[in-house]
Amino acid sequence: MLNIKNLSRTFFPGTVNERKALRNINLELSNGEFVTVIGSNGAGKSTVLNMVAGKLQPDTGSVTIAGKNVTKLADYSRAKYIGRVFQDPMAGTAPTMSIEENMALAYARGRFRGLGLGVGAKRRELFVEELKSLELGLENRLKTKVGLLSGGQRQALSLLMATFSKPKILLLDEHTAALDPQRAALVSRLTKEIVERHQLTTLMVTHNMEQALQLGTRLIMMHDGEIILDLNQEEKSRMTVQDLLDEFGKIKGAQLDDKTMLQ
Amino acid sequence: MITAVELGLIYAIMALGVYLTFRILDFPDLTVDGSFTTGAAVASVSIVNGMNPWLATVLAFFAGMVAGTITGLLHTKGKIDGLLAGILTMIGLYSINLRIMGKANTPLLGEDTLISPMRAAGILGSWSSIAIFFVICLLFVAAIVWFLHTELGMAMRATGDNQEMIRSFGVSTDNQKILGLALSNGLVALSGAIIAQYQGFADVGMGIGLILIGLASVIVGQAIFTQRYIWLAALAVVFGAVIYRLVIQLALSVGLEVNDMKLISAVLVVVALLLPKWKGFQKIVKTFKRSPAAVTVKEEVRSNA
Repeated sequence: MLNIKNLSRTFFPGTVNERKALRNINLELSNGEFVTVIGSNGAGKSTVLNMVAGKLQPDTGSVTIAGKNVTKLADYSRAKYIGRVFQDPMAGTAPTMSIEENMALAYARGRFRGLGLGVGAKRRELFVEELKSLELGLENRLKTKVGLLSGGQRQALSLLMATFSKPKILLLDEHTAALDPQRAALVSRLTKEIVERHQLTTLMVTHNMEQALQLGTRLIMMHDGEIILDLNQEEKSRMTVQDLLDEFGKIKGAQLDDKTMLQ
Repeated sequence: MITAVELGLIYAIMALGVYLTFRILDFPDLTVDGSFTTGAAVASVSIVNGMNPWLATVLAFFAGMVAGTITGLLHTKGKIDGLLAGILTMIGLYSINLRIMGKANTPLLGEDTLISPMRAAGILGSWSSIAIFFVICLLFVAAIVWFLHTELGMAMRATGDNQEMIRSFGVSTDNQKILGLALSNGLVALSGAIIAQYQGFADVGMGIGLILIGLASVIVGQAIFTQRYIWLAALAVVFGAVIYRLVIQLALSVGLEVNDMKLISAVLVVVALLLPKWKGFQKIVKTFKRSPAAVTVKEEVRSNA
């Protein structure tokens, strides 16, 4: 479903700030696979996500979604394949527009937007059905401006908006990181339910190792622009957070040693 | 007084255009100073050359759309700052407007215009003409409110609200901005075309400082009415445009000169922007809301919303 080939990107090449954000990344997600991505700051997790979304262009390599090479497509042109939830709960919705209008914006993903009414009676029914699945009572507040909702409610709505039109790829960019623990747990649970219900091929970046182990069918660890660990569902199910930290320490430690030797 | 309301209602079409860019797209567009005159010039020259006044006015609308498109292209494809893109088009249009007219002023005396039948019927400057202009304004308000609830219009609103988000749902924000600027300047040019026919001439300087009138209308209207619903916000713009004219009329009647009008506009916008931020004013509004005896008609509109 998603095929990433030889993806590389260097920021500020040829300057003292030169940084290799990605070094020849290869990653393939089969249909319905739910991959969680962990790694330290600057490991390249978000860079990969942004390249799939089309926010960043790679220096080399390609991104293929459902057999279509989208490497050169602008973010909005490839948005018809991609659902996206951002870290900032404010980022995924239009605050001055109502809940049903936001749903309508999401509904029209990848379709032609013409002069038909955005929210008709039939669509409203569909939106109510979808909103009910969140169990937050939003289906009774269709006319409420989204800006009046709490961060958790907005993020749950963003998640629903990103997914209910069944994108080929779902990208989650630390989408629970900015929420309080209770809300984060709610959005985590919703993520699990929705991804399973729609069988969505998902790439989720997270800082939370616990979450990375709980969710998903595969786990990837990145460090310094490379994938250093790739666990399938079975391997992942046997892992604890401590195992992950040990694993990380091992690889990091080895690199530290390399550097010491160079000096 | 009646003339002021009439003018206000014609300028309201321009103010609705400014509302589209300033409020919906969150884009301060200065093109209007030029495109207003472009509309007046295109319509006047077309009418003088024997074109049907309706057709001439529609032509003015399209000329305004072209002007808006240029600003949009400069801003989105050329990555020029929005304010500067507007200024560039505005300055460029000054010469183009002179080219269109061939001179600084095109009189419409004795020509058939949209206004001349009204003048002939003797209803200009009466309540019936106000009713006619008001209904026309309502039609424009209805059209804009409808458009902003279509899938296309909603994508435009989202572009002004949260660009990152609407891009992630497959909308080219560049195209939305260009379209919004085109529609906005189309309305502005249309308003210019009607003003030229109303006052009987097009003048190359008639658009100077116009953006302030547009902003004043939008800001004054929305300081008085709530923005909760789009139709109310759009209607508020129309009332804002009329209130602006009445304030100007008031200022002139207490002895200020026509030449002071730009200063009055500027002061009015500053007042409308600063007053709601002043704590004392917020207190006054609160006391007004608390005591039912002081509830005015405007207050009722607010509570209905």
